[in-house]
Amino acid sequence: MNVDIQQLKSGEVNLGTSIMAVQFDGGVVVGADSRTTTGSYIANRVTDKLTHVHDRIYCCRSGSAADTQTIADIVHMSLQQYAQSFGEAPTVSVAANYFQTLCYTNKDNLSAGIIVGGWDKDVGPSVYNIPLGGGLFRQPWAIGGSGSTYVYGYCDATYREGWGRDETVEFVKNTLSLAMARDGSSGGVIRMAVITEDAVERLFVPGNQLPTFWEGLEVLGNSSGAKQPAVEPMAVEV
Amino acid sequence: MSAGFDFSNHSRNTFLSEKGLKVPKATSTGTTIVGCLFKDGIVLGADTRATEGPIVADKNCEKIHFISDSIRCCGAGTAADTEFITALISSNIELHALSTGRKPRVVTAMTMLKQRLFQYQGHIGAALVLGGVDPSGAHLFTIHPHGSTDKLPYVTMGSGSLAAMAVFESSWKPDLSREDALKLVTAAVSAGIFNDLGSGSNVDACVITATETEMLRGYVKPNERTQKERTYGFRRGTTAWTAEKIRNLVVSEEITPIGGEEMDTS
Repeated sequence: MNVDIQQLKSGEVNLGTSIMAVQFDGGVVVGADSRTTTGSYIANRVTDKLTHVHDRIYCCRSGSAADTQTIADIVHMSLQQYAQSFGEAPTVSVAANYFQTLCYTNKDNLSAGIIVGGWDKDVGPSVYNIPLGGGLFRQPWAIGGSGSTYVYGYCDATYREGWGRDETVEFVKNTLSLAMARDGSSGGVIRMAVITEDAVERLFVPGNQLPTFWEGLEVLGNSSGAKQPAVEPMAVEV
Repeated sequence: MSAGFDFSNHSRNTFLSEKGLKVPKATSTGTTIVGCLFKDGIVLGADTRATEGPIVADKNCEKIHFISDSIRCCGAGTAADTEFITALISSNIELHALSTGRKPRVVTAMTMLKQRLFQYQGHIGAALVLGGVDPSGAHLFTIHPHGSTDKLPYVTMGSGSLAAMAVFESSWKPDLSREDALKLVTAAVSAGIFNDLGSGSNVDACVITATETEMLRGYVKPNERTQKERTYGFRRGTTAWTAEKIRNLVVSEEITPIGGEEMDTS
């Protein structure tokens, strides 16, 4: 029998995504685009890929929508159970380990790239990356999904230690905008969450208010100063 | 025998299809199903065509399935799968309501459906639009065959989903009245009926509010068959014949009762 599991099963709903999480002094900023696709069709343009798994722990989901939703649901349950058993909130490390166990032990049947971010009383803010094979890496910042490949350079060049909340939010917003502009499978709006000891603040950037960068000139070569002919309305047969 | 599906014929079937045997195809509801939120609840809509490949298998089938009094589910994809999965979850929801003593919630039905579909890794080909009203409010979900779900104020699924979504995207707004919502849903399903080959026939609709659920079967019938302008039957004697033989096709059988007295049928 020839079973050939590809990246995604045919017709599966995909989170061809741009996601990220960044740690700062008082907390973590997690962010994501909002596009969910089935092939070339956008199944949901306002998706929330930032999923609550405990009071101060969120995860960013990329890969198969079905797989990552199921994993997040299971971890959500496990963390509720943990909090009941031990009488205290689980750490981000505990949450990330639950994710890793599921992603690693079922690696052959899953396509899930997950970033876990949150705040706990042991280490304060932390970010964990769990890429496709089921590894577990603690990082000061992490990006993921198909859009992330376009912005590794930007993140490497821009990120600095010791940022405050506002700078971090700007960094996440700019990075995601750049990724969404280049990656066809990412787009829509930006959703973010600022997780601190005291609260989780949800932020939203509408699709028509995304930060923009150099987007090309009206006509290539216009920078020479040569006068371009005015655009005329197309002739239409009445 | 253990519970669940039996996949023991899978290898044999793969082998046979590789040898060129035509594999039987399941009836698929190439469908337009939609749902939309309005001021007082949910309106669901569906076309009524079922197809087997290029053939219309049923011109007036029901695609809005019962889950509970105030939760309904539209099904697209494999007809048998949508039929059975909704029936199963409807049954489990009733048991759940009985055991908890509470009105069933839409999220509960959604979770049951998504967990079942995920367990079968997409082999249950059900694409669903689930909507209803419960004590926490009105909710509308789409559920894909692999078990992923989305919560949105207006949704479409099936092969006509693109046509229907175009209608929603151009006209939906928050807090629609019941009349406007029903009009919009009808327009969306009609877009599927007229522009998608997999969809056709009539519009079924279902309006769910906190107080009542109204199933509008055959709400709009834009494809009624009209009276033929003339008859196309052949005149008697059109075909010539060489011999005539008449046989009695009714088999007469003599029944002889053996022993005992006659069964008491009173």
